[in-house]
Amino acid sequence: MKGYNFAYLDEQTKRMIRRAILKAVAIPGHQIPFGSREIPLPYGWGTGGIQVTAAILGADDRLKVIDQGADDTTNAVSIRRFFARTADVATTTKTADATVIQTRHRIPETALRDGQIIVYQVPQPEPMYRLEPSRVETRRMHALADYGLMHVKLYEDIARLGHIGISYDYPVMVNARYLMAPSPIPAFDNPKMHMMPALQLFGAGREKRIYAVPPYTEVRSLDFVDHPFHPARAPHACGLCGAGDSYLDEVLTDDRGGRLFVCSDTDYCETRRADGQVGAEGVPVGMPGGAVEATQ
Amino acid sequence: MSETTLLSARGVSLSFGAIQALVGVDADLWPGEVLAIVGESGSGKTTLLNVLSGRAAPGTGAVWYRTPDGQLLDVHTMPAPALRRLHRSDWGFVHQDPRQNLRMGVTAGGNVGERLMAQGSRHYGHIRDAARDWLVQTEIDPKRIDDLPRTFSGGMLQRLQIARTLVTHPRLVFMDEPTGGLDVSVQARLLDLIRSLVARFGIAVVLVTHDIAVARLLAHRTMVMQGGRVVETGLTDQVLDDPQHAYTQLLVSSVLNA
Repeated sequence: MKGYNFAYLDEQTKRMIRRAILKAVAIPGHQIPFGSREIPLPYGWGTGGIQVTAAILGADDRLKVIDQGADDTTNAVSIRRFFARTADVATTTKTADATVIQTRHRIPETALRDGQIIVYQVPQPEPMYRLEPSRVETRRMHALADYGLMHVKLYEDIARLGHIGISYDYPVMVNARYLMAPSPIPAFDNPKMHMMPALQLFGAGREKRIYAVPPYTEVRSLDFVDHPFHPARAPHACGLCGAGDSYLDEVLTDDRGGRLFVCSDTDYCETRRADGQVGAEGVPVGMPGGAVEATQ
Repeated sequence: MSETTLLSARGVSLSFGAIQALVGVDADLWPGEVLAIVGESGSGKTTLLNVLSGRAAPGTGAVWYRTPDGQLLDVHTMPAPALRRLHRSDWGFVHQDPRQNLRMGVTAGGNVGERLMAQGSRHYGHIRDAARDWLVQTEIDPKRIDDLPRTFSGGMLQRLQIARTLVTHPRLVFMDEPTGGLDVSVQARLLDLIRSLVARFGIAVVLVTHDIAVARLLAHRTMVMQGGRVVETGLTDQVLDDPQHAYTQLLVSSVLNA
């Protein structure tokens, strides 16, 4: 695009961000400060993720952007178009075809492979921010690996609710050293981070932090021996593709209690349907009258 | 220093600008012993406690701690992670105001269990059993394990703080005016509790107090401080019954007999 540098940010800024990324990869799970820039996007919409993506994007990359698992929501469409215009890179909605995936709130169902990079948009990089208000103190706790407080939170949940009540942004230990916020992905996605072959980068624009999980790194969700981590999932099959193993969105279809559970990962759902899988409320691909499909 | 001391300080001095808070203080603590530091406000008692526990660095002098395997550690030159580990396992600190130590938004059970979890305990059932056990030992109704500390009385808060501190069976506990701010009957009960727990578990205690009666009841040995110096030290009964230094004599004679 004329008048803009490749991928919007100037080269010096990208260099600064790449340095932060290198440091983050060298210390898995450790939050690295960086000089977050103004981005033509409101805070909370992915300013951190967009800066990380801009810094790592090359001319021959193929970009996929998802928001809550979907390729076709406002945030995903806008960011994908932003990079298509400012970097002129190829875009895709296919997880398997992408080299860089920027995501908000989900990890794709299709297992990521070697050589891919997944960039998470992070609203709050500090996993203990609700428990300890002082950043000086949380930084000291990270330095000393003093994470008893996080377990106190889990203890309190079990004492009050009978189970650990964190359903998203479920804290993890990275490489048995740093406590990390996995960004607001559902706890269901946490096991996918463990030993993932792809590089995982996390960008928090407002909080000015970058952190990373290198490929094949141990990522463990916190739990107790007698209350093990349980990745929760709605006990249904996808209404459109029939998948029984994917993370589901609940969609209200009318005002008489009608509801439909569908895969939150639209690419996963479409790929399955293209393969001929049909759910209880779905219509085979290519058939007319897919009223249910319109709700997606 | 002797072969068997648990904690030793030599030549500890500390100034805050022109104010000399500590001047050449030596102190020794043996395992299982209760050492009281008495003196008036501003005499340097609490500063000395902070220096002994590594919470404040001295200007000159050093403090050594002997680990269970006989290793001598310099409290002020050891790495910060090691000191923090010591503070959450071998050592404990009881504040005058329990609110400084407790997490007021976390249940009693969570407060007691925190040190266990910080040490790596990852079994909810065991943590809860230990918490319940320590509530009983500190005379708090175990039914209140899921209550928030803000619903507790002052005396209960102090006992909860003691439960939270002792749950990891520390060898050494620092206490800063543990009975301050409590009314007399609650104080008596708390002192009784501290005395029995300390004796049962053989915990060494450094106790800071301005109350001679507390020192007499709990301490084996007493150090009297004035103006940042130790003016007299010895067995508690000896120091309080036969004070040698003029300031100690004044201190002992100024206690009212009820």
